[in-house]
Amino acid sequence: MDRVPILKLGDILIVSIQIDLQDQSVLALQEDLADAVVTHGARGVIIDITAVEIVDSFIGRMLATIASISRMLDAETIVVGMRPAVAITLVELGLSLGGVRTALNLEKGVALLDGRGAPAVRR
Amino acid sequence: MSDAVELPIAGNSDVVLVRQEVRTRAQGVGLSLVDQTKLVTAASELARNALVYAGGGRARIEVVSNGLRDGLKLTFTDEGPGIPDLELALTDGWTTGGGLGLGLSGSRRLVDEFDLESKPGAGTRVTVIKWAR
Repeated sequence: MDRVPILKLGDILIVSIQIDLQDQSVLALQEDLADAVVTHGARGVIIDITAVEIVDSFIGRMLATIASISRMLDAETIVVGMRPAVAITLVELGLSLGGVRTALNLEKGVALLDGRGAPAVRR
Repeated sequence: MSDAVELPIAGNSDVVLVRQEVRTRAQGVGLSLVDQTKLVTAASELARNALVYAGGGRARIEVVSNGLRDGLKLTFTDEGPGIPDLELALTDGWTTGGGLGLGLSGSRRLVDEFDLESKPGAGTRVTVIKWAR
């Protein structure tokens, strides 16, 4: 099973998903991230899905769960880099990822966490 | 026209292999990027269903034609416990597997044709088609 690496940049954790995720890797990432948030005292988590070709209901639920877990641990999660085709498919599938903040790219995600982006919170 | 391929679904890594094979063949048949993404996502849901609810199964991938257009047809077969109430199983949010209950109902929305056959004790077969536009 491949593990997804977690990078630390100041008090932000960055995860860039570059592999075709299987369910076990997704579950491992959830646990690794929760540990890393506490260990590093991170206040933000950015999940970059630029390279992710599909998000099905399992991966979608994982993103929402990671956002909830991070919130419990006083960190905010932002999903960045979603492809247009993935967004269209997710909405049609019936999963709108309410509660997960998104930004178009990594730069905008970091700006959001630094309080320089738009203050809108999706619910 | 390429021959049909049949892949086993026996573990999590097989779900990934099914997705990759569907992606390659969907490109070959000329589906748009959005339609490829929808079909691969539906394939992921249905392959995982076979794994979670039946302990495994098979995925058959074949190019089909209706005379006007080519399409990709996917057939997911398992010998699991079957689905007692098909209508209920196709309802958004209904699940016995601890998921979101979007696998079957959501997959149906992502494809052009959807057929679900199941008898309790006799397994389940889901057939979907996406046509190139």
